[in-house]
Amino acid sequence: MTWVPTGLRARLVITFLLVAVTASAMVAGLGYQIIRRGLLEHAERGAVADVRETLSRITLPIGASDVVWPSDTTVTDEDLGGVVQALEAPERTVIVTYGDHQSSNAGARFTMTDVPDQLRWQAARRLVHQRVLLRDRPWLIVATQIQRAARDGVLRPTGLTAYVFVPLSEEQAVLSRLKAALAQAGGITLVLAVTLALLSARRVLLPVRRLGAAARALGAGELQVRLPVRGRDELAELTATFNETAAALEDTVSELRTMESMSRRFVADVSHELRTPLTAMTAVTDMLSEDAEDLPDDAGEAVRIVVREIDRLRVLVEHLIEISRFDAGAATLRRETVDVGDALADCLEMRGWADRVKLTVPVGLTFSLDARRFDVIVANLVGNALNHGAPPVVVSARVAVGGENHGALEVTVRDHGSGIPEEVLPHVFDRFYKAGTDRARSVGSGLGLAIAKANAELHGGSITAERCDPGTLFRVWIPKQ
Amino acid sequence: MAGILLVEDDPSVRAGLELALTRQGHSVTAYATGEEALDHVRSRRPEIAILDVMLPGIDGVEVCRRIRRLGPLPIILLTARGDDLDVVVGLEAGADDYVVKPVEPRVLDARIRAILRRLESATPDRLTFGDLVIDRGALKVSLAGKEIHLTPTELRLLLELVRHPGQVLNRRYLLRAVWDHTHVADSRLVDACVQRIRAKIEPAPADPVYIHTVRGFGYRFSPP
Repeated sequence: MTWVPTGLRARLVITFLLVAVTASAMVAGLGYQIIRRGLLEHAERGAVADVRETLSRITLPIGASDVVWPSDTTVTDEDLGGVVQALEAPERTVIVTYGDHQSSNAGARFTMTDVPDQLRWQAARRLVHQRVLLRDRPWLIVATQIQRAARDGVLRPTGLTAYVFVPLSEEQAVLSRLKAALAQAGGITLVLAVTLALLSARRVLLPVRRLGAAARALGAGELQVRLPVRGRDELAELTATFNETAAALEDTVSELRTMESMSRRFVADVSHELRTPLTAMTAVTDMLSEDAEDLPDDAGEAVRIVVREIDRLRVLVEHLIEISRFDAGAATLRRETVDVGDALADCLEMRGWADRVKLTVPVGLTFSLDARRFDVIVANLVGNALNHGAPPVVVSARVAVGGENHGALEVTVRDHGSGIPEEVLPHVFDRFYKAGTDRARSVGSGLGLAIAKANAELHGGSITAERCDPGTLFRVWIPKQ
Repeated sequence: MAGILLVEDDPSVRAGLELALTRQGHSVTAYATGEEALDHVRSRRPEIAILDVMLPGIDGVEVCRRIRRLGPLPIILLTARGDDLDVVVGLEAGADDYVVKPVEPRVLDARIRAILRRLESATPDRLTFGDLVIDRGALKVSLAGKEIHLTPTELRLLLELVRHPGQVLNRRYLLRAVWDHTHVADSRLVDACVQRIRAKIEPAPADPVYIHTVRGFGYRFSPP
């Protein structure tokens, strides 16, 4: 199918108009022609009959003797005038010729020069008529040589020829009015056709547009969208198909969502169930590690492994619970004005990182954020830098001035290690993502960066990771409230 | 060294915490239910109570509320992480502090010691602010001649605010000074404690005249 640079509506309207214009032009044209012919024929017949009758009634001096016409010299100009008078009517021009004599009526507008030659020739034999256009007006010329029966009863031409110019302007006026009326009717038909075309285009296109809007809504996730099915045409069929598809999609998605929420609930439940035994174990790990010194070497080592792994398990469970709260949409934000420098210093100090991390923050920098969540973000990023990167680890914070992030808090955490490979960067925030074998899995839960990201996003912000030379730079953006 | 009342329904957690706290030099009495614990509070007068929130029968928050009715016994709640509602309800019910399970014994010990830290009564003076009289020597507060019973944490917070009249103290400062928290902890501790003090000393707690909130920063003691 060739591409037409117009919409369906334009195409429909154009087609409709073409059909309407062609049909009405044909009807009007044919009608006009028929009426025109009828009118003119009627006028011609009338004029011819009139001339014929008039001529048959008049008496002429011609033919009174046996003189061969038209050398009959007894015919005078008065005789010709009499013939002219008999044929005369308002508006008409009458010319009568007889040999060298010629006579015409008083109001004559034409002369013999206006009579076509062919007509003159034909007029010598019979009664002829012809429509001509003279001085921009239509005329009917009726011409004939008057014949008389001689004494022997044979019709003979008299040499007297009459030319009658009958005006057709009345018929012309009727035809003009008819033309105007037809044009008017054509115009009305055109307007009606346009209106009808637009209406029917609307009738066709409205369901199409509605379908389009519904499909868009479906794409945007409004799976419950349905359309009323009206009528039994192809569009109704299409609408019904759309409804069935949407229903099927809704079913599938809701099934998937149920499964997903079940699996999330399961993770949350498992994490919560793990917490109780972990609490009991955590309570006694300090005692175990204190007493491990007094145990034989291998037993002491075994105890240290248990203590270390319990600690790891504790972090993992805490992280699982935290992330399942985000998944359940139960995470809430409690913003308050916080001194960013204090918050960062406290975060590092509490975890014993203060002397391993360089902190650069403007004095007195305050920002509205959720202190606990901010602490989690920074702790996870710094912990990641300390565990996987190399010193020096530098943490800095500032509020952006100008640009698209104007007024937002920017916190960067930079290490100077070997850096994260380019192909791994997009996945560092994925849960449990293993970045190759060289990166030790013995530290961290595998959820720390995912949790940091979720917390930043809860603030309406973001975290990005980029390669530096050397090391990696994590950048946190937290927009103004 | 303190007489601790521990209420925890899970036997292993109860045994573990009892062991650890005993090792840290405290004398611990542990119960599985709130009812037993309340009997103990009435008869034995422990120094501090550590309550698990999820308990069979009457839950930890209700136990907390009932203990508060009996007197100013300091209370630490054991909560599950992220159960924010437990924390808020618990603090409103009168708990002084909370720790999140699984808790490290060192952390719990630090919280206990912070709460039981002896109040310094170095300045033996009486401060009078209208109806409110604070005796810093005897560590007593009275309103219109009637003594008001504040928990040690509430008293410490009030004294801290009174020590800096007219000055805005932020929540971080108050957390460090009163609870000994060395990190950005939950400022709801401060908010809940201020609410409880207001309920006791303010004529109209919703429209306070002694302790004013400075939105986004903290609190200011400025008597009328």
